[in-house]
Amino acid sequence: MSESKNSKLRAEWEKRREAVEKKVPPRNVRFTTLSDMEVPLLGTPDDLEKIGFDYERDLGFPGEYPYTRGVQHNMYRGKLWTMRQFAGFSSPEETNKRFKLLLEQGQTGLSTAFDMPTLMGYDCDSPKGKGEVGKCGVSVSSLQDMEDLFKGIPLGEVTTSMTINGPAIVILAMYYAMAEKQGIPKEKVRGTLQNDILKEYIAQKEWLFPIAPAVKLVIDTIEYGTQHYPNWNTVSISGYHIREAGATAVQELAFTLADGMAYVEESIKRGMPVDEFAPRLSFFFDVHNDFFEEIAKFRAARRIWARMMKDRYKAKSQKSWMLRTHAQTAGVSLTAQQPVNNVVRVAVQALAGVLGGVNSLHTNSMDETLALPTDESVLVALRTQQILAEESGIANYADPLGGSYLVEALTNKVEAEALEYIKKIDEMGGMVKAVENGYPQAEIANSAYHFQRQLEKKEKVMVGVNRYQSEEKKRAMETLYIDRSVEKRQSDKLAALRAKRDNVAVNKCLAQLKTDAEANKNLMPPIIEAVKAYATLQEVCDTLRGFYGEYREDGKF
Amino acid sequence: MSTSLRNQIRVLIAKPGLDGHDRGAKVIARALRDAGFEVIYTGLHQTPEMVVQAAVQEDVHVVGLSVLSGAHNALVPEIIDGVKKTGLNDVLFLVGGIIPEEDFDLLKKAGAQMVFTPGTSLEEIVQAIDRLAPKR
Repeated sequence: MSESKNSKLRAEWEKRREAVEKKVPPRNVRFTTLSDMEVPLLGTPDDLEKIGFDYERDLGFPGEYPYTRGVQHNMYRGKLWTMRQFAGFSSPEETNKRFKLLLEQGQTGLSTAFDMPTLMGYDCDSPKGKGEVGKCGVSVSSLQDMEDLFKGIPLGEVTTSMTINGPAIVILAMYYAMAEKQGIPKEKVRGTLQNDILKEYIAQKEWLFPIAPAVKLVIDTIEYGTQHYPNWNTVSISGYHIREAGATAVQELAFTLADGMAYVEESIKRGMPVDEFAPRLSFFFDVHNDFFEEIAKFRAARRIWARMMKDRYKAKSQKSWMLRTHAQTAGVSLTAQQPVNNVVRVAVQALAGVLGGVNSLHTNSMDETLALPTDESVLVALRTQQILAEESGIANYADPLGGSYLVEALTNKVEAEALEYIKKIDEMGGMVKAVENGYPQAEIANSAYHFQRQLEKKEKVMVGVNRYQSEEKKRAMETLYIDRSVEKRQSDKLAALRAKRDNVAVNKCLAQLKTDAEANKNLMPPIIEAVKAYATLQEVCDTLRGFYGEYREDGKF
Repeated sequence: MSTSLRNQIRVLIAKPGLDGHDRGAKVIARALRDAGFEVIYTGLHQTPEMVVQAAVQEDVHVVGLSVLSGAHNALVPEIIDGVKKTGLNDVLFLVGGIIPEEDFDLLKKAGAQMVFTPGTSLEEIVQAIDRLAPKR
């Protein structure tokens, strides 16, 4: 093939650039993204020729396959992204107040953070959770707590997201039971359960059961949700924690999509037609500091998923092809030093998320590396989104960076590298096997260590940490302090519940749950019955732990 | 301290409580091993008793406790007391994680000699161990 005009022009310019660089040498030997991916100085038409770029095949139009340009036809002109701030601390009553504050201030969806005991399937009075009740999130031990958490919030109108995985099926049962008690029709119950257990073994490490039964429970919720709650997103396949644990952008993308593929394959094995459940799968990615790398990641994610669903899993429905995603700005990028700088980091990350076409966004608060955020700092974070949405003008456009030589080349590069990982995982027998072998865990630990070493050598910069440090006056910021009285109050409340509920009914429900677990039935119905009888979270989880056993990880590092 | 002296120092890196954030603990375990120390990592979700037991069994010089969940005030004193009760009196206790400054005093009174918060360099931690680890 003869050299194209564009590549000839480019080659000539490279020579002129090299000549100039003899006088003005580059600042670094390598120019890389945050994930240490080497990147070019610029893109030209020649780059698109090299990757065989085809507009119709690779981009298409917004709202259409392969969704590189976004999943809605008119993107943010129709509906802005959902502004969904993750919140939860102390007691259900305290968190309920924060939820109402956020809704009053213009937030459009709720997102619930649970505390560590809840995430691990222990009640607030378990000795295992000593000192942890209400610290990292809200404490929920029973349906009563769930009712207090959402008291006075119109669940038929607000969508709710719940970040919980190990005992997700129990929390979902509580949510369904509560919605039913409030008289909300099942099709009006809208929201998202994180329920992505594979990434727990990979990164977030809040697990209960061994991998196989844990995945079975996820598929139970998918099956039940598909049949009864058509507008509930049963799994939010999450890269966020994978990234925060140290993965590169490509690893985050690849491992998350591979987790999603595992749920699709397991659901198909259960006998569900792909187009019945796939439309309710949603995603959740990190949005980190490296602006163009992140934008490329979101665009590549949608394209890979659409092609995977259509070609590999033979999905026919467009809704199955669409990768809808929530994003959260990168917690790990926040610095305890000079914390007000975090407002700027969050704004840049949020901008990348929006230009990457996310459907929902959480912006971190500036004080989150010190403690849970205060009311004031949460509002700054929410206002950041509102400024982007209503002042910056970016919401006028769909995929404004589409067609940029550089962004298209980066999108292809991120996509190709992610597909390499996915191929490797396929060769291992799929993601469940790969996780059992510790493959993604080891890859992430290596990346985390590599990055820390780069920080120490100042090859990567964190302003205020390894460069531009300044002596600041200590305690520059007011933070939220959760005292331990919540542990006592929650425990007293739970003791009172245990005394007044019908314990015969509770035991009967738990026995039924055990029977159904032994018979390998879908456990959603018996768990709903149990929580309606006010069986506690831990009682349900202990019943399942008794049958399935518990997961343990070795101390490899 | 030279690497050959460091390999006489046994360091236990522990994750007490239910907190699953192990990125920092693992990075530090690896950095200390690369610096020449003998490092044992407990893995996740350890009760205070489990950490005490591991410290005694391995006869460690240093215990590094990583807590990012806010439960440090409950967990750290219990572990330090537990280790001391076994007669291991000279162990160096280090704490790392998301620790509000107002809790530093409580942790130091409980026996933690250093508290490391985000942004601490690996080198600082290595140097602290060089300086403070007991000579046995």
